[in-house]
Amino acid sequence: MTTFTKIPRQVEELLEQWNGTHSRRTFLKGSGLLVVSVGAAAVVGPFAADASAQAAGPYPDPDFRQLDSWIVIQENNTATFYVGKTDCGQGTGTAFRQMMSDELDIAYDKTSCIMGSTDITVDQGGSGGSDAIQTDGWPMRRVAAEARRVLLEMASARFAVPVDQLAVREGVITVKTDPSRKVTYGELIGGKRFNVTLTGNNVDATTGVAKVKPVQELKMVGQSPQRYDIPAKVDGSLKWAVDVKAPGMVHARNVKPPVAGARLIAIDESSVRNLPGFIKVVSKGNYVAVVCEREEQAVKAARQLKVNWQKPATSPFPTSDDLFTYMRSATPMSNQGPAVKGNPDAALTGAAKVVEAEYDVPFQGHTAFAPAHAMADPSNGQMTIYSNDMKSYGMRAGIAQFLGMPRDQVRVVWMEGPQGYGRTAADDAGFEAAFLAKEIGRPVRVQWMRHEETGWDTKGPAFTVKIRGGLDAQGKLVALDYNARAADYCHVGYNEADTVLIAQLMGKRRATPAAGSAGTPSDMYEIPNKRTASQVVSLPLVWETPLRTGNLRDPNGPQITFAAESFVDEMAAAANADPIEFRMGLLTAGTTDDSGFKRARSIAVVKAAAEAFGWDPRPSPKPLDNGTILTGRGIAYSFRNQTVVAEIVEVEVNRRTGHVWVKRLVCAHDCGLVINPEALRRTIEGGMLHSLSRALHEEVQFDAEKTTGVDWISHPSLRHADTPARIDVVLVNGDPNPKRPDLPHYGAGETVCKPMIAAVANAIYDATGVRLRRVPFRDARVLAALKAARV
Amino acid sequence: MRNITLKVNGRAQTFDIDPSTPLLYILRNDLGLQGPRFGCGLGQCGACAVIINGAAVRSCITPCSAVKGEITTLEGLANEGTLHPVQRAWIDEQVPQCGFCQNGQIITAKVLLDKNPNPTDAQIREGMNGTLCRCMTYYRIHAAIKRAAAAIAAGTASGRGGVS
Repeated sequence: MTTFTKIPRQVEELLEQWNGTHSRRTFLKGSGLLVVSVGAAAVVGPFAADASAQAAGPYPDPDFRQLDSWIVIQENNTATFYVGKTDCGQGTGTAFRQMMSDELDIAYDKTSCIMGSTDITVDQGGSGGSDAIQTDGWPMRRVAAEARRVLLEMASARFAVPVDQLAVREGVITVKTDPSRKVTYGELIGGKRFNVTLTGNNVDATTGVAKVKPVQELKMVGQSPQRYDIPAKVDGSLKWAVDVKAPGMVHARNVKPPVAGARLIAIDESSVRNLPGFIKVVSKGNYVAVVCEREEQAVKAARQLKVNWQKPATSPFPTSDDLFTYMRSATPMSNQGPAVKGNPDAALTGAAKVVEAEYDVPFQGHTAFAPAHAMADPSNGQMTIYSNDMKSYGMRAGIAQFLGMPRDQVRVVWMEGPQGYGRTAADDAGFEAAFLAKEIGRPVRVQWMRHEETGWDTKGPAFTVKIRGGLDAQGKLVALDYNARAADYCHVGYNEADTVLIAQLMGKRRATPAAGSAGTPSDMYEIPNKRTASQVVSLPLVWETPLRTGNLRDPNGPQITFAAESFVDEMAAAANADPIEFRMGLLTAGTTDDSGFKRARSIAVVKAAAEAFGWDPRPSPKPLDNGTILTGRGIAYSFRNQTVVAEIVEVEVNRRTGHVWVKRLVCAHDCGLVINPEALRRTIEGGMLHSLSRALHEEVQFDAEKTTGVDWISHPSLRHADTPARIDVVLVNGDPNPKRPDLPHYGAGETVCKPMIAAVANAIYDATGVRLRRVPFRDARVLAALKAARV
Repeated sequence: MRNITLKVNGRAQTFDIDPSTPLLYILRNDLGLQGPRFGCGLGQCGACAVIINGAAVRSCITPCSAVKGEITTLEGLANEGTLHPVQRAWIDEQVPQCGFCQNGQIITAKVLLDKNPNPTDAQIREGMNGTLCRCMTYYRIHAAIKRAAAAIAAGTASGRGGVS
């Protein structure tokens, strides 16, 4: 183990300057602060979750069972909420403030929110899976309600008046019968600890004694305060993770293997030794990095370093053109299902009409707007990593394990960064920065180059899906046989010390690689005979591959829904039925519903989308236009957990160039209780367009030894020119049905990624009569399909 | 190494530096600016955009020795604490998601409006097309550009609009 260079504790000063976190940790340790008693309800317990950990290292886990870990009231009657989530740009921090200020009964603009830094916020897992509001909003609401309860008790003691004789509004408690007798939260507890122990077996279950308010009493929830993080992103004042500097900091750049599966033979350090600013080449296994004093020097040195690599004896993977042939013939690594309802084989045999189709979705990258990056400071034997990791808590644990350091000597300071959407759940740069910082003994900033990020980031798995369906003589869908196959073997986890890329390159191998998953459609269609099954296949190269799969915004959803909702459209066309009427027939065929009323809400959402679009019922395709521009419309619907979405797309297809422009988008969306409608609308717009980019542009291309998409030219993304002229979002919430007046807040964002690719394919079919079953719908592919069909 | 003098947001400074050093690294690492950022290093995305002589310039591929003119960064758009109308419109329209690309979007939009105060939808699409966003905030960016154009035309928004 490298010994640490003693560097002054300026890192602490930087932190305090930016986040006030030094005082926060002091607060959490409870040193030098007045302890208040709040009566029988307060039980003072050990503050850190693990007392031995607290003794050993500077960064013990904040204890989720302590109210003080969540909420601090300042003397000026403002409140700071500390939550264990990260905001990837969807405004969850603003939403948390809305929910918590409502429960606490304090004005929204008197609150602030601190997120994601592991030493000062409880571990709620960071972000992912659209669960911030759905899951983590609950403990936040409950602890805020508990703080309100405790404050009312304190006021009750002060005024010698029962709690039910007190009123509270915007952080001021008054005696109902004598409003001149009042006290603010700040006067009661400002700057002091609550010392209230909470209960709950895990952080999601955290609760006090108080109950949360009924929906009808929430005031800020349902309003649209502007996101508090936006002004600093617009005027240039925000410090991002990329901006962190520390005294003595140096810069590192990686040198990746030139082909997948290559083995490092030798490094010629003399090729860079004389470059200005050169410090060191660090390598272990197949991991290579160059460290220099200045950033541009590291960029140059990494480019110039001569490394001798040995190519693997066999190809790591087929070419992207051969991928689906390979996947179809590969022996599965695992099987799921089949799940069988009724007798699909008999129903298909007896069907009046049988349709069979196969849908292919390639690997698609995260291709974050800016490459992976982090800065790690090893001063004083601890390790602080400044990172935009969406799962900062997992990164902290993973890095501690990776470096062999006690967990409480490691912390991750979460700061904003470019677009997470799953990429930073396996955040390689943080591990690399920490490893290099330990090796060099100085703070190290690592940033990947564009070609590394596009070429080597985690990918959404490729899918090939085969579906057969049968119609009876009346055009009713009576049988469906669905089989999905995904190239998802060895799917990387969340910041695991043995699956992040640097660990793989260093030769770490898990005995049993993660199985991965393929999955089945999520819809509420009533089909009497149905079989669903799926398999996961592996590419030849399992480890150290640029095609390693990871969670990409709504993992597997867009792929599965592309196939499933395209196929429903194909069946509607075979039945000569309007695509919406056909779907409504499937949704209304059943009468039973689930606890979230998902079937009824699916019907409402599809209807709302049709109404907002101005849908005129007719079968697809429409009669072919004569002009160069062919127009059409398509719908797709899906749900994710309890959130239901229907999307309608209007396209223009240029029959001479094959170019597809999605001119208009309509989304009907039901995620239960909406916290911030305007922020939600923007999240929906962005999510739909991200999926539109996947529909029109995105594909990871590779030859038989490496990925060949390495920048924004060779791996295109949606651009300004692709933007729809009009987007309409209908929030189908607050359903007046008396049986379900108080739907809770469900996860909102990722669901909108599911239906888009299918909706586009269905619209192209409506416009041209040509069914596209291979993503993405780039100009050349569309044109070839039009020509083949003589359109 | 060579002495290079750069005037950034109204202040001139001289650096003893390799003249091939991309401007971006000096702005970020020597001047501590946070508006321009690294996105691709290839001039393809716009994250690093700054204004030089009225043009949006990609600082990641601009050698510092090639800079002839005053540099304005995102930090320099505001006028004595008053945001530029484009920045104001960005907040009013609540444009950003993660916000990492918005330096390029705002700088490019500002230059677009300086040259064409009343752009059509097609001109906005064309003028902004080389500036990428992976959160896909394009729809709101277009609305914000129109909002800013209207504000500038109506003279309701203050701010001199930086250096153009």
